[in-house]
Amino acid sequence: MTLALTNFILSVIATSTPLLLAATGELVTEKSGVLNLGVEGMMLIGAIAGFATMTATGSAVLGVIAGAGAGAALALVFAALTLGLLANQVATGLALTIFGAGLSALAGASFVGVAVPPLPALDIPGLTTLPLIGPVLFGQNALVYLSYAALGGVAWFLYRSHAGLVLRAVGDSHDAAHALGYSVSGIRLLAALFGGAMAGLGGAYLSLAYSPSWAENMTAGRGWIALALVVFASWRPFWLWVGAYLFGAIMYLSFYIQGLGIDIPSQAISALPYLATVVALVLISRDRTRIRLNAPACLGQPFHATA
Amino acid sequence: MLRLRLEPRGARSAMWAAASPLLAVALTVVGAGAIFALLGRAPGEALYTFLIAPLLSPTGVPELFVKAAPLILIGVGLALGFRANVWNIGAEGQFSLGAVFGGGLALAYPDAPAIILFPAMMVAGVLGGMALAAIPAYLRTRFNANEILTSLMLSYVMQFALIYLVTGPLRDPQGYGFPQSALFSDSATAPILIEDTRVHLGVLFALLAAVGGWIVLERSVSGFALRVLGQAPRAARFAGFQEKRLVWLALLVSGGLSGLAGLFEVAGPIGQLLPKLSPGYGFTAIIVAFLGRLHPLGVVPAALVLGLSYLGGDAAQIDLGLPSAVTGIFQGVLLFFLLACDVLILYRVRIVRRGAAPSLKIPGAA
Repeated sequence: MTLALTNFILSVIATSTPLLLAATGELVTEKSGVLNLGVEGMMLIGAIAGFATMTATGSAVLGVIAGAGAGAALALVFAALTLGLLANQVATGLALTIFGAGLSALAGASFVGVAVPPLPALDIPGLTTLPLIGPVLFGQNALVYLSYAALGGVAWFLYRSHAGLVLRAVGDSHDAAHALGYSVSGIRLLAALFGGAMAGLGGAYLSLAYSPSWAENMTAGRGWIALALVVFASWRPFWLWVGAYLFGAIMYLSFYIQGLGIDIPSQAISALPYLATVVALVLISRDRTRIRLNAPACLGQPFHATA
Repeated sequence: MLRLRLEPRGARSAMWAAASPLLAVALTVVGAGAIFALLGRAPGEALYTFLIAPLLSPTGVPELFVKAAPLILIGVGLALGFRANVWNIGAEGQFSLGAVFGGGLALAYPDAPAIILFPAMMVAGVLGGMALAAIPAYLRTRFNANEILTSLMLSYVMQFALIYLVTGPLRDPQGYGFPQSALFSDSATAPILIEDTRVHLGVLFALLAAVGGWIVLERSVSGFALRVLGQAPRAARFAGFQEKRLVWLALLVSGGLSGLAGLFEVAGPIGQLLPKLSPGYGFTAIIVAFLGRLHPLGVVPAALVLGLSYLGGDAAQIDLGLPSAVTGIFQGVLLFFLLACDVLILYRVRIVRRGAAPSLKIPGAA
């Protein structure tokens, strides 16, 4: 029983972590008023950059850094277009996803079928071998701990730090923030880069820890689910964690049920996480007041400082 | 230190609205050459293979129209919706359901006379696309749910449904277990318009859709309402335009046209239902809509440009040994450049020294 529960929790952590990483980044981006729909593309680029670097250097650390860097690089393109040239954020985000899918497929063509050792997990003698809590708390890889550190750090930053207050102000009223002398574009640039780096980490987690291998379009819509999670959480960090683990659990269950050999078409079960996303969006969005109270007021709106 | 400064023009520049796509295509060709060079191919030769050689073969130009037809059909609908800020990005799924509805009819009544069967298939295709697009329309108008995410999620669901159908209920019993339906009968196949080519009835309907879309957008009250809703939502409310009705309209039209595109694809070039019906037409059509200036007639040349990127991708795969993903990169870069060039429509770009005081300009003063 304990073993089954341990395995369940470990599996859910594995499916939830990439969602949590990417959604945490997008939360910060959106809190600054920038809607980057290119999460899927940034995750794919992060996945292949991390995997290629790991294969070339044999270093997991460099792989993870490359994943984050590649995600941030793609976010920089997004920022240059939407913040520098005031391009439509929805269209630019879609371009990012199309471009990221193409570039990662091209760059990854020679890596299909290559295997790497999974990211090393923490191993503390005496602690990691404890039943249940041992492997769950003390036996994870660095990116799982990082996902918690990032979420906690973001929650503290947004609601307990001055810089976070400024970031939220930029997202809620860019004109007021600008009038107070803050650099709206500069702050949004940093927020977008953070979002890109976290999406890249989410991708790197998939190719270096979850699979660990590379396959074309391996994110399979996780970037879009991460975007939906931000809405589901009404832009609040704690609920982002709840949502990421809820969807991670649904994803895991959809794999698990298929393994049981029940007489349901496997495709119906595979479609479950995507249907669940639609249902979750509907349940949250129907409460217009909550969305209006929590959504950054300037989300998706371009800002041009005339003076 | 130099930096760019954007100065508002005060009005849309019609010149740049027209020139920006041309500039973007030119820059993309240069960018594609650079990417080929990075991949270790001679850029001139690779560009020739990618963009020009596909048109020189006897079937080249007709094939381009075959590729462009679904892009035009989907792109026209998306252009109307994007005008009103209704972001249907689930055309890929609507395309598939249209193909399934129409294709299902083709498989159920293979011996029906073409004069009845084919029009019925077209209607079924439109209804299939509309049915899938109606879900995000209902969820947005009733529950305020973002149509970008719901329409896209439904595309993933539809992909699984399609695999289920062609491996299960619609699988060809004589197909040796391959995941595909039986081939459509002759009466369920789209008529060929030009002999010895694959140019089928769908190409004609694509061009008709472009003209029809243009008439709706420019000459109908609904089209006017869509444009106002996109440009000035508050004004649209004051004018009494019902936002919900327009959201339904935009999604049903784009869904129906996507479904029709799917029907023509399976009844034309493909000839049966397969687990994967589209090389991403639903997403490429988003770029088509923007490159065509969200104008139904502009969609036609834009679809030809992006159709060429599919032909070029095939050629690059066969002749240069490059993965067909080059097509996606070309398309993504094209949209990047287009969005970047579009800044020139509303702004003058000046290069100034960093720290230099901005010249004070009073709007309206000469």
